[in-house]
Amino acid sequence: MSSYVVRRVAAMPALLLAVVTVTFLITRLIPASPLTSILGPRALTDPSAVAAAKEHWGLNGPLIGQYWHYLDNMLHGDFGTSFVTKNNVATDLGVRLPATLELMTAAIIVAVIGGIGIGVLVATRQNKLTDHAGRFFALVGSSTPVFWSGLVLLLFLSTRWHLFPGPGRLDSRSLPPPRYTGFFVIDTLLAGDFSLCWQAVRHLMLPAFVLGWGVMGTVSRIVRASMLDVLNQDYIRTARAKGVRERTVVLKHALRNALLPALTIVGFSVAFLITGAVLVEQIFSWPGIGSYAVTAAESLDFPAIMGVTIVGGAAFLIASLVTDLAYAVADPQIRLS
Amino acid sequence: MTAVDLTLSERRARPAGRANWLTVPVILGLIVCAGWLVIALTIPLWSPYDPLATSGLPLLPPGAQHLLGTDALGRDVLARTLYGARASLPLAFAVIAGGVTIGCLLGGLAGFFGGWPDGILMRLTDVTLAFPAILLAMVMTAALGPGLFHAGIAMVIVWWPIYARLLRAQILSVKEQAHVEAAVAAGVGRSRLMRVHILPLAITPVLVNATMDLGQVVLLAAGLSFIGLGANPPTPEWGLMINDGTIHFYQWWVALGPGLAILSLVLAFNFVGDGVRDLLDVRTPGRSP
Repeated sequence: MSSYVVRRVAAMPALLLAVVTVTFLITRLIPASPLTSILGPRALTDPSAVAAAKEHWGLNGPLIGQYWHYLDNMLHGDFGTSFVTKNNVATDLGVRLPATLELMTAAIIVAVIGGIGIGVLVATRQNKLTDHAGRFFALVGSSTPVFWSGLVLLLFLSTRWHLFPGPGRLDSRSLPPPRYTGFFVIDTLLAGDFSLCWQAVRHLMLPAFVLGWGVMGTVSRIVRASMLDVLNQDYIRTARAKGVRERTVVLKHALRNALLPALTIVGFSVAFLITGAVLVEQIFSWPGIGSYAVTAAESLDFPAIMGVTIVGGAAFLIASLVTDLAYAVADPQIRLS
Repeated sequence: MTAVDLTLSERRARPAGRANWLTVPVILGLIVCAGWLVIALTIPLWSPYDPLATSGLPLLPPGAQHLLGTDALGRDVLARTLYGARASLPLAFAVIAGGVTIGCLLGGLAGFFGGWPDGILMRLTDVTLAFPAILLAMVMTAALGPGLFHAGIAMVIVWWPIYARLLRAQILSVKEQAHVEAAVAAGVGRSRLMRVHILPLAITPVLVNATMDLGQVVLLAAGLSFIGLGANPPTPEWGLMINDGTIHFYQWWVALGPGLAILSLVLAFNFVGDGVRDLLDVRTPGRSP
């Protein structure tokens, strides 16, 4: 077990370096010139402007030199200056990362609560209408493009029926709370502004549901399968024979054993959540790193693209590591390999 | 545990046999898939409207003339939705075919020969899988320039390592089975061993996963088009059309057709994937990039 952990953790820096290298190579070896997006088409014909821009953005010199330059800067927390926002990429990411993390956390909560609820409901009412309806609801969630379900829900629940606020993290008239964690729900509480906190929660609900709905299907499938497995075990029969109430049997005896696989599957869904967050942020005008990445990719803002990819890759690697370790703890069979 | 207990628990562990794989959802899924395939192949023959040409006033709500209304340029939304299948279906099949081919070739070689080629391949897949799919696809399409073909290349790069690892793992486990040992003892040559004794058993889970991934490819391709890195306007493509729908937010019908199209096709792929899994009776842990 411990050698497995050591091996997995030791591989992390190498994988991160590989992510950095691959991103660097893709963004430097491509046909499209970043100069177009820095200068605009008109200034491209002016050789002195081109030379100055190349100098300024470090696009001169051999590739290997540029690479070392980039690595060196990165280790000092400098991801370069965004071509578009003219800010340091690390600063931009620092401002935007909490918004994405808050959205993803809320989505995971939605997915876990919804998935477990549906899974339990469906497992205890096998092959009844509830079973089919629950499974279908979960399946639709993972088959709908998040950018479409977001659009539809925003149109009906927010614009037509005014049940939820519109896009953004807060109403357009509200000022953001003083920044402690960057999570608006927490920061508003720390500032003691409860009505603003409720506003932040309400703004989170729709995007978090849209994003979490996709993972709900996976979670409910796992919960259902392990519940059905557990409910057929002898100790459940014993518990029932002893006269334990059905409610207690399901929620205490059976669900406890179905929880761990449900939680680990959330870890495996992090990739889906990252993909979904990029798209959901577009629909809900959510100022996170997803929408930052889209803008960067559209305008060939290389420092920003690399910054997002490296941060995203790192987050993904850490999540995979934690999940695999949790999985190894939960399932002794994994430890052998 | 007695013998009777053993058979009981074995039966419990494998409830779905070959007999009952053709369930109602699987049949529905097959019908919907076949329907989209027929539409994609024949739509130019019977579509009353040109998907690229103005055929009415802009942003007309659904009515008798235009069943799903018209978009901002007065193009028929239904015609564009149906034509959209001609972008999404071939792309999905091409990406999966490309991913499976490259993945199986490299994974097969690595699994069969082991040694340093295996080591190199595994590190390569490690690196590719370290990227969240959308970020890798975004970097690639940003670099190559937007377009469905480039998005397709990016998605093949995202998907091949999954199949390579799956096939490699399968080959490693099939290699240990008794019938392979027997074949080696009987003097079967290496290429025949691979072709006849190992590959047919090892490839099944790859094919099952490939079927299940078709829907994921459709979703990711539409997502890339939605954020402007996939199909170029004025191509009738579902993600691009939903993006139009965000601009004309109050004209809900602009995004309705493409949204339902993606939903129905992905649902159908998922149902068929479940059926194929039950038919071939393999158990693979749920995993998607």
